[in-house]
Amino acid sequence: MNKSILILKREYLTRVKKKSFIITTLLMPVFMAALMVLPTYLAMMDDKEERTIAVYDPTSLILDRLESDEFTKYHFIPKQEFQEISKDFKSDNYYAVLYIPENILTTNRAEMISDKQITFDVKNSITDRIENIIEGEKRKKVVDETGVPDLEKKLAATRTNIKIETIKLGEEGEAVKSSTEIAMAIGYVAGFLIYMFVFIYGTMVMRGVMEEKSNRIVEVIISSVKPFQLLFGKIVGIGLVGLTQIAIWVILGTAIATGMSAFIGGGTSESISQAQSIMSSPGMDQVAASAPVKENITLEILNMIGNLNIPLILFGLFFYFICGFLLYASLQGAIGSAVDSDEDAQQMMLPVMMPLIFSIIILFAVAKNPEGSLAFWASMIPLTSPVIMVARIPFGVPAWQIILSMVIMLGTILGTIWMAGKIYRTGILMYGKKVNLKEIVKWLFYKN
Amino acid sequence: MEIFQANNVVKEFVGHVALSSVSISVKEASVFGLLGPNGAGKTTLIRIINQITAPDSGELFFEGRPMRSEDISQIGYLPEERGLYKKMKVGEQALYLAQLKGMSKKDALMNLKLWFEKFEIQAWWGKKVEELSKGMAQKVQFITTVIHEPKLLIFDEPFTGFDPINTNLIKNEILELKKKGTTIIFSTHNMSSVEEICDHIALINQSKKILDGQIDQVKERFKTNTFEVQYRGETPDLDNRLAANFRILEHETNAQLKQMKVQFLNGNSNNELLKILMNQFEIVSFKEVIPSMNDVFIHVVEQNNLEIKE
Repeated sequence: MNKSILILKREYLTRVKKKSFIITTLLMPVFMAALMVLPTYLAMMDDKEERTIAVYDPTSLILDRLESDEFTKYHFIPKQEFQEISKDFKSDNYYAVLYIPENILTTNRAEMISDKQITFDVKNSITDRIENIIEGEKRKKVVDETGVPDLEKKLAATRTNIKIETIKLGEEGEAVKSSTEIAMAIGYVAGFLIYMFVFIYGTMVMRGVMEEKSNRIVEVIISSVKPFQLLFGKIVGIGLVGLTQIAIWVILGTAIATGMSAFIGGGTSESISQAQSIMSSPGMDQVAASAPVKENITLEILNMIGNLNIPLILFGLFFYFICGFLLYASLQGAIGSAVDSDEDAQQMMLPVMMPLIFSIIILFAVAKNPEGSLAFWASMIPLTSPVIMVARIPFGVPAWQIILSMVIMLGTILGTIWMAGKIYRTGILMYGKKVNLKEIVKWLFYKN
Repeated sequence: MEIFQANNVVKEFVGHVALSSVSISVKEASVFGLLGPNGAGKTTLIRIINQITAPDSGELFFEGRPMRSEDISQIGYLPEERGLYKKMKVGEQALYLAQLKGMSKKDALMNLKLWFEKFEIQAWWGKKVEELSKGMAQKVQFITTVIHEPKLLIFDEPFTGFDPINTNLIKNEILELKKKGTTIIFSTHNMSSVEEICDHIALINQSKKILDGQIDQVKERFKTNTFEVQYRGETPDLDNRLAANFRILEHETNAQLKQMKVQFLNGNSNNELLKILMNQFEIVSFKEVIPSMNDVFIHVVEQNNLEIKE
C-alpha cells in the first residue's frame, strides 16, 4: 500500500507541475468568463453607436410619436428628399431610411432602405415601436367606432400573462415549488461536466499506461511493485489531478462569477432603463412593469434552487464523478496496456467510449423526459449512468432508483477493476504483438 | 549455500509451454549464467524469480526457505526491455525507483550520491532523461538496479547499448559486487562475456533445461579429445603414421609455423601422439583444445533441436 502511495504521488505531482496543466487550470475559468461576458459587453458597446434614421411618413401616423433617444435619432424628411435618397442611397448622414406606406394600416408593412445590412437590434426596436403605434391607432379607431364608454380601460384590464407554476409534491405531501427549466439546466451542466471529466482524465490514464509501456520502464517497476498497485496508483493519482483542477475551477469560478455578477448586474439595470424609455409610448404601460417582474424572477429562481435537494445533487455529482472515472479509467488503462501504438489505441478506444458518447447524445432527450424509460434504463446501466443519473437527480428521482443505480455501479466497478487488472498485468509485458479483443479476453483467464 | 533455488518450475501460456519442469540452483556470491536461444523461456524464468509472474507449479526457495513476496526487495532486476521516464529528471527518477524498492528517502539519497560520484555523473542529476544518450541512460539504469544493495541481482543482457569502455566498467562493477557477496544471475547471448564472468551456467532450450554446471566442468564435458600442435619441419607421410589411432581435423601447412588439430580416436594418451610426432619434426607447442562456450552453446542447442524433431 505504501508503494501505491509513492506511485500515486509521482503520478499526481508530475502532472500537476506540468506547465500545460497550470496554464489550462488557470486560464480556463478566465476564458469561460470571457466567453460569457464578451457578447454582453460587445452588445452594450454596439448600442452606443449613434445612428440617424430618415423617416418618410406620408400617413403622418407616427410623425410625432417616434421619439429620438440617446443612440437613435429620427429625422423626418419630405417626399422629395425621400425620392432622392431612395434612388441612390449614398448619404453619410443617414444610417437608413424608413418608409411608412399610405396603406400601412391594412398591409402592416413598412420598408427600410439602407446600403448596409441593418442590424438586428435596430430593426427589432423600430419594428416594436411602429407595431405599438399602429396597434394603438387601430384600437383607437375601434374604440371610437363602437362608442362603448371606457372601452380602452376595460380592454387594458383584459390583458393577461399566464405563468404556470410547477409544483411538485414532496415525500410528506408538502408542495414544493419546482422549476423544470432550472432542473434541466442543472442536470444538463452536471451531466456534461461528468462527461468531460471522465473523457479527458480517462484518456490521460490510457496515455500514462502507454507511456510506461513504450518507455519500457514498466518491467522495472513491476519488479518492485505489483502491477495492480501500479495501475491503482496511476488511476487514483490522475483522478486526484482532475479533482484538483475542478476544485481550482470552482474557487476561481466563484470569484469570477462574483465579479461578473456585479458587472452584468450593472449592465442589466442599464438595459432595463433603456427598455423603459423605449416602451414609454402609449398603450405600452404594462411592459414598463416588466422591470419589477424581472427582480421577482431572480428571487423566485433563488427560491426554487433552494427547494432543490442540493445535498443530494452534490452527493450524486461527487459519487458518479468518481465512479464514472474509475470505471472508464480502468477500462482505458487496460486498453493502454494492450496496445503498442496510437493507432491501435484509437481503434480500441472507440467501442469502449461509445457508451459515454451515447450518453451525452441522449442527455437532451433525458432532460426533456426524465421519467421516461430511456432515462430509467440509461441511469441503471453503469456505462451511461454517471452522465444520465446526475442529469436526472435535479428533477427528483425515487430513492430506490438512485440506490439501485449506485449498487449496480459499485458492483460493476469492482468487476471492471478486477478485469482491467488482469488485462493490464498481461498487456504491459506484451510487445510487438497486435492484439484483438479475442486475445484480450484470453488474458482474463491467464493465471497470474 | 544456495541463495536461490527453483524446483520443477512449470509455466504454460495458452497454446504453448514456456517452462517445463525447470530446476536451477544458484550459489551465494557467484555469477550464474542463464543461457539459451531466443524464445527458450529465459525471460519467463527471470520474471518468475522476480515474482512478476507466478509459476503454474514448482517450488521457489530464497535463502533456503520458500520464497516470500517481501523477498522482492532483496532482488535487483535489470530487464532486457528497459527504460526510464523520459520527462523525469535523472536524480528524481533514481530516487523514486529506489524508494519503490523499499529504501527510505534518506538512504536512497546517500547511496545515489556515492554511485553518481563513482560513475562521475553528478552533473546529470538535474537533467531530464530525454537529454541523455542511450549509453548514459543505461548507466543510470544500472545504478537504479543495484542501489538498494540487493542480495540477488538479475541482469538480462546488461551490456547492450554500451561502448567497450563502459562495458568494461559495468563488467568490473559486476565482479566487484560478486566479491562483496552479491549473487548475480546473468542472462546473455554474448558467450565471451559468459566465459569472463560466470561461475555457473544453465542452458535452456525450448522450455527445458538441457545443460547446467560449473563453467569449467561444462567445457571439460564437451572436450572432443582434440589437440593443437604447432611445429616446424616437413611431414612427408604423417597421415599414414597417424591413420590408425588419430585423425587430423585441420592442417595448415603454408605458414612458416605449421599447425594442425588432431583428434584421438580411441583412448590414446597424449604421450603416444607426442612420441610419433617427435620423430617427425620440431614441436613448438602442444595443447588440448578446450571448447569455447560459444561452441558448447551451438553444439548442445543444435543437438537438442535435432532430438526434439525426431
